[in-house]
Amino acid sequence: MAHPRNIVRVSKVTKTFQLGKVEVRALQGVDLEIASGDYISIMGPSGSGKSTLFNMIGGLDKPTSGRVFIDEVDIAQLDAYELAWLRCRKIGYIFQTFNIIQVMTALENVTLPMIFAGMNNDAAVAKGIQLLELVGLGDRFRHKPSELSGGQQQRVAVARALANDPAIVLADEPTGNLDLTTGEEIIELLKELSQERGVTVISATHDFKMLNVSDQVVWIRDGRIEKIENREELSISVGQIGVRE
Amino acid sequence: MKDKQIPARATKGSDSVDRLVVLPFKKSVEISLKSIRVRFFRSLITTMSLVLAVSFLSFVSVSTDVANGLLSTQEPRLRQALIRSGYDVRPEDTTLGSTPKQRWIVILSLLVCVVGIVNAQLMAVTERFREIGTMKCLGALDRFILRLFLLEAGMEGLGGACVGAMAGALFSLINALFSFGTVAVTTLSWTDIALSTVSAIGVGFLLSLLGVMYPAIVAARMQPVEAMRIEQ
Repeated sequence: MAHPRNIVRVSKVTKTFQLGKVEVRALQGVDLEIASGDYISIMGPSGSGKSTLFNMIGGLDKPTSGRVFIDEVDIAQLDAYELAWLRCRKIGYIFQTFNIIQVMTALENVTLPMIFAGMNNDAAVAKGIQLLELVGLGDRFRHKPSELSGGQQQRVAVARALANDPAIVLADEPTGNLDLTTGEEIIELLKELSQERGVTVISATHDFKMLNVSDQVVWIRDGRIEKIENREELSISVGQIGVRE
Repeated sequence: MKDKQIPARATKGSDSVDRLVVLPFKKSVEISLKSIRVRFFRSLITTMSLVLAVSFLSFVSVSTDVANGLLSTQEPRLRQALIRSGYDVRPEDTTLGSTPKQRWIVILSLLVCVVGIVNAQLMAVTERFREIGTMKCLGALDRFILRLFLLEAGMEGLGGACVGAMAGALFSLINALFSFGTVAVTTLSWTDIALSTVSAIGVGFLLSLLGVMYPAIVAARMQPVEAMRIEQ
């Protein structure tokens, strides 16, 4: 692709929550364009609206005003079926708490989205094993989540996110519950996958390790985009952050 | 990946069937069975109140069947024995129904059992918020969740009701053997006993589905983002 198209486009999005009698304005007019195949990190302190923006992009939440386009489709216009379809085929989710379904084995977790997508069982199992091998868990697909370490569970989650060859992988603090080395391994894995498969990876994080691999970093503060930096500009500002904090 | 366009509402015809989100029935059964197996102890507790209520229902109706069997012999000795053991047999009666008092107690026990099921299933739903939310993020539709919960409750209900009805009938027969002797077993109509047991199983199954209805709807309507917000 000579001219990378925008896989996600966020236009003038605001979001207001009603917390008791107080109105919380989580997002106050956000504009953002994300090119297909990029590795994006959304950074910001907690309470900055980072998670809210993230949920919007994932089609998990609808904006109060403004529009969110995924692949040039306005998600506010979609009905329940189309949203489910979008979550199933277009977007892969990775969570801070892994959210592996506890009663299923690693393989069953990975095949579930493929079953939802209408793939037959044998094909899903074959692809599931292949994906688990890809994330380095080829010998552990019969294990229950309780028999896997945190890092291994997150690997299962990565494999599951890739099950239906999504265009976007959304990772919400993927390293938040992992130790330093394991976190780095997961980041490395995500980066590799993004490069090899051309998947757009969008991650919300406060993990500075994520910055080095990001093509673009979006800084959010008080419900607005503070700045968007490309990788070339990064090393300097990371230094500044280190000084500032 | 460019060919993967979101299906427009207009193209939801036969050509785009494979693009919709599905969960085959066989797979749903598989998942619910697994869910029961993994949480066996939990399911056991959920089903316990049903087992007890259904066994009571079956005990009462099988006891009535036994009494009717004894009465049909038209022997004054057995009639006396029935009256002695607490049945209200008037001289002109040739058959016995359950008394209003018995009916009320049975209905009450079934009612308590439904409330118990609703309570236990609501707990189960709360425990599984994260699992449900995750499934929804993976593309599950509301009705998949509803179906999974109904299937689980249906299987638990059927199993529990079978055990309960059998236990109730058995206990009632043993009780009759002790009170009236072997004549109680020789005079009774086995068709009636079977009918009583089967109807008790049917009632138990329906009650189990009734009890899970509200919790299942709560689970199915949940937004995935809400599920994600809940701390473990």
